[in-house]
Amino acid sequence: MKKRSGGNSPGRGAVLFVIPALAIYTLFLVYPIVSALAYSLFQWNGFLRQSFSGFANFRRLLLVEPFSSYFINALKHNGLYFLLSLVAQNGLGLALALMINTRLKGAGFFKTALFLPRLLSVVVVGFLWSLLLNPSFGVVNQILRAIGLEALARPWLGDTQTALVMIILVNAWFAVGFAMLVYLAGLQSIPDEYLEAARLDGANSLQLFWRVILPLLRPSLTIMLVLTFIHSFEAFDLVFAMEGSAGGPYYSTDTLATFFYRLAFGGASGTELTDIGLGSALATVMFLIIFGVSSLSVSFLRRREVQF
Amino acid sequence: MKPRISWSTTVLYFILSLLAVLSLYPLVVMVLSSFRSTAEILTDPLSLPHHLDLTAYVKIWQTIKFGTYLKNSLVVSVTSVFLILALGSMAAFYLARYNFRHANVLGLYFLAGLMIPVRLAILPLFLLMRNLGLLDTHFSLILTYVASGLPFAVFILTGFFRTLPRELEDAARMDGCSELMLYYRIMLPLVRPALATVGIMNFINFWNDFFFPLIFLRSEALKTIPLGMAALFGEHETEWGLLFAGLTTSALPMVLLFLLASRQFIRGLTAGAVKG
Repeated sequence: MKKRSGGNSPGRGAVLFVIPALAIYTLFLVYPIVSALAYSLFQWNGFLRQSFSGFANFRRLLLVEPFSSYFINALKHNGLYFLLSLVAQNGLGLALALMINTRLKGAGFFKTALFLPRLLSVVVVGFLWSLLLNPSFGVVNQILRAIGLEALARPWLGDTQTALVMIILVNAWFAVGFAMLVYLAGLQSIPDEYLEAARLDGANSLQLFWRVILPLLRPSLTIMLVLTFIHSFEAFDLVFAMEGSAGGPYYSTDTLATFFYRLAFGGASGTELTDIGLGSALATVMFLIIFGVSSLSVSFLRRREVQF
Repeated sequence: MKPRISWSTTVLYFILSLLAVLSLYPLVVMVLSSFRSTAEILTDPLSLPHHLDLTAYVKIWQTIKFGTYLKNSLVVSVTSVFLILALGSMAAFYLARYNFRHANVLGLYFLAGLMIPVRLAILPLFLLMRNLGLLDTHFSLILTYVASGLPFAVFILTGFFRTLPRELEDAARMDGCSELMLYYRIMLPLVRPALATVGIMNFINFWNDFFFPLIFLRSEALKTIPLGMAALFGEHETEWGLLFAGLTTSALPMVLLFLLASRQFIRGLTAGAVKG
């Protein structure tokens, strides 16, 4: 057997180590995602593939009513989901990490308390909050009535003005502890000497945060930015659990993923027809959006970590 | 030179306590409500329960058959995690420890999987499972989960295998150790922390997943916990005591596991932060 500094050359049987993983990964992930892109170029009749149709499905999705309106409407909601999550989940998560990182007593308790919701399944979170936000019997409105703020009580999930914002806030409740932990790990990897040195040079807390901590926290910030983007553009479970697959009321919480679900598997009411071609075109558009952003994250990761 | 409790510390504790209450209160309501009758939930949800009413829990286990959901979730999650660790570590061992012509290409091929949003492949996956006769079986879930979890497992474990000293391997080979023994007896035990991280991250994801069971499963007897909850909310819309008991029961296993092994959980989840 030849030996080189880089490693051993594999014996004949060694390839068996990689074959099972390669086979499952190729058949059940690579092949389906490539097919999804290919499906969008065909005309479909139910689950039967018909003739090649070029970009006709994309044209229908992006330019022809009613699909184009659904698409734009959902895209706007995903965009808002992302922007509000940046504030509610990442802004608050970073603030929490900074507060907990001051080494106060009971930090462990606060960490656990804030992280606990993240352990629930997203649908369980959605169902729980749909009960808590129930207009007549939900705890939220009951509390508002009990403290004399009855005027503020409203059907949070039934009002087109508030429904989407409530879903985003519920998501923040679920995910803020996770953001906090990622930022906390980033903060704890900053050497104390840097902070000491800055303080000795006369930096105040604000300067310390903007000039020293934030630049050194860049890796965590980038990762959370990318993750928040991906999750915002894949948002499905919460909307499905709290507002149904049609993103009610009146499509005010419809996202790309719920729109896709209806195109692929039919609407809850049965009024919308399954359209595989159109659904695959939408999946392709979503793929391009998400793949673009997550390749950025992976190229970023590769710079820091293992080289293949 | 610790200062006495200052103004700023007091403010800090106040803010943190407020947020901790916001975080925990909904869960407290969930648990307390599960011990109330539905009538009490609707009329007096804010005080402590008048007495511990366990009828909802009895119904969850006897009529709703929550035990079946629990068993299904366990079977699917544990099997998937086991396969990912076994197949992923074998592939990573191969990529990290051998020198061969296309190692780099193969590594990149697995790495590309980190960027694939699995859910967007659901239509072809659905048709594939239908053609293989796997719709409405646990196999459809397990195969999908394993395929989606492998890229991250291979990525992390390859990194770990690379850090192990080459001499160890050479010495084992010199002593006549076969490749399989080298992998299983010598290298695998040394990457156990990485296996735990990858395993926990995937276990949480699979346990909590709703999307793939929603698409693949129909039979009541096969449903996992999240899908079972959807069924519960669909069929018993008005029985709030039952709904809260169902939510509490489904949240419990993960919370208990977390309290037992919070350090590993946190490491598993934050390592998962790199996965898209």
